Amino acid sequence: MTPPRPPPLLSLEFDMQHDEVIWQVINHNHCSFKARTQTQNFCRNVYNVTGLCNRSSCPLANSRYATIREHDGTLYLYMKSIERAHTPKELWERVKLPRNYAKALEIIDKYLEFWPKFLVHKNKQRLTKMTQYLIRKRKLALKVREKLVTMPAKQVKREARREAKAEVAAVLDKAIEKELLQRLQSGTYGDIYNFPLKEYQQALDMEELEEEQEEEEEEEEQPAVEYVEYEMEDEEELEDFLPRELHVGKLSSVQEDEDVGDDFEDGVKTTAGKRTALLLDKDASSTFPKKRKKKAHVEIEYEGEPEDMQQRLL
Amino acid sequence: MPPPRKAPRTIENTREADETIAQPDDGELHAEDATDEFSAHFNHEITPQLLITSSRWCSTITIKFIAELLKVLPNAHYYKRGSYEIKQIVKYAKNRNFTAIIIVHDNRKDPNGMLIICLPEGPTAHFKLSSLVLSKKIKGHGKPTSHLPELILNNFTTRIGHRVGRMMASLFPQQPNFRGRRVVTFHNQRDFIFFRHHRYIFEDKEASAKLKKGASKESDKKGDKPRKVPIISRLQECGPRFTLKLLSLQNGTFDTKFGEYEWVHKADMDTSRRRFFM
Repeated sequence: MTPPRPPPLLSLEFDMQHDEVIWQVINHNHCSFKARTQTQNFCRNVYNVTGLCNRSSCPLANSRYATIREHDGTLYLYMKSIERAHTPKELWERVKLPRNYAKALEIIDKYLEFWPKFLVHKNKQRLTKMTQYLIRKRKLALKVREKLVTMPAKQVKREARREAKAEVAAVLDKAIEKELLQRLQSGTYGDIYNFPLKEYQQALDMEELEEEQEEEEEEEEQPAVEYVEYEMEDEEELEDFLPRELHVGKLSSVQEDEDVGDDFEDGVKTTAGKRTALLLDKDASSTFPKKRKKKAHVEIEYEGEPEDMQQRLL
Repeated sequence: MPPPRKAPRTIENTREADETIAQPDDGELHAEDATDEFSAHFNHEITPQLLITSSRWCSTITIKFIAELLKVLPNAHYYKRGSYEIKQIVKYAKNRNFTAIIIVHDNRKDPNGMLIICLPEGPTAHFKLSSLVLSKKIKGHGKPTSHLPELILNNFTTRIGHRVGRMMASLFPQQPNFRGRRVVTFHNQRDFIFFRHHRYIFEDKEASAKLKKGASKESDKKGDKPRKVPIISRLQECGPRFTLKLLSLQNGTFDTKFGEYEWVHKADMDTSRRRFFM
């Protein structure tokens, strides 16, 4: 880094530059950088340190001037001095400012040590402002933001027109109804519906037929039942129907205990014998007091009958 | 004697030839169907769970629209958008086993876009949403039941269309409850996907005509019982009703920077009115 330069001599300034003349022209005649508003005049010159149009911050009418500019996110301190006024190519001296705000301030202090206090102050203010906007810029770049796209009126209108025509061409209700009927016919819905009606009628007819058949069967059964009852009443032919009679007895006993039922299926005479034998065993064993009570009821009812019948048969 | 009348020329039957139109015997397509992102859904391995949200600032109309979507789509849950980015939402939804995210965008209090992100790897489709009619505005609209609706996907013919159709189907559970008589339709016509939601009923044509005219014809109907009667289906719209148009289809979840696009709509695609992509 170059050491700070000493302030230029006053006499030189008056000889080489005519700052006051320039300012008179800018102020009273014309300046292409000037932006006039109702309350205040602004300056559009990129080297302006404050952005205002006045004598002290005009970069054209001050032969000694310092400002800060930004190139691609880096800040540079720009200084021009009267000694280099004759070479516009090298008019501005540029120093890169570090990213660190405090260090940048130090450098400004160092380079502008003997400069007017106004320029030092304004440059520091500008440094603050620019550091802040750079930080904000980096933050915003990281954020996800919506991208706005244009909707050309012509395209929007054309799309709306084509959509309306497509909707007419689609005949949506018809298309949906057709598809649904197709699904119905292809059996997607299974047995939810009674369609098609023809098959439904057939199914109904089948059911009717079945019902009729059942009725016929019932009619056939009824006389048989009557016949049995008739036979039952006849005591002389009781022998033939004895098993059935027993069967009825068995049914009544099954309701109370299923163990009993198994014994009956072999036959009347043998079961009766077994029955008594079993009973004897149970009486002997003391482990069946409860069951015996339950079964005793059954057995009394039953044992009375077969014995009688056996006697009769014998 | 006049010559037999020719079929009228329509935009549909004079459509520009497209080699990607799917044929039923296309082995490649079947192989793709078996392995794509939706195959798990179609193999009954997963049931859809949807997350619905809006754009960052949305109008009440969008909220109403989302409320109606929640009635149409089973297993859909609305989450407030807040200030979350889409990528954050995708991450959240993946962790909670959602199968798709639906984001409704709006502009000037008018829902105008829909983003469907299938999860966990599924494609991302961006649709333009237009001509939205909420069910309240539909004349004689019905109230939908909570039965699972059945789906009708019409005219999704090309490869892109087939994929979009599968995507739409993957938003709904696989086993519809037919007793609910609820049907949701995605009908593609000239690249516009029309969404409709109906209740339906099957009827004898005569019975329904009788209902309309009153019981005037009853006397002459009694004579012949087993006559073949045509069956018709009748519809009652439940709403909402809207139209979608595909703007872009992206492979993978939402990523505008590095995402790979399968299909993007460009302005020069609109040069012919007989060229369609779905």
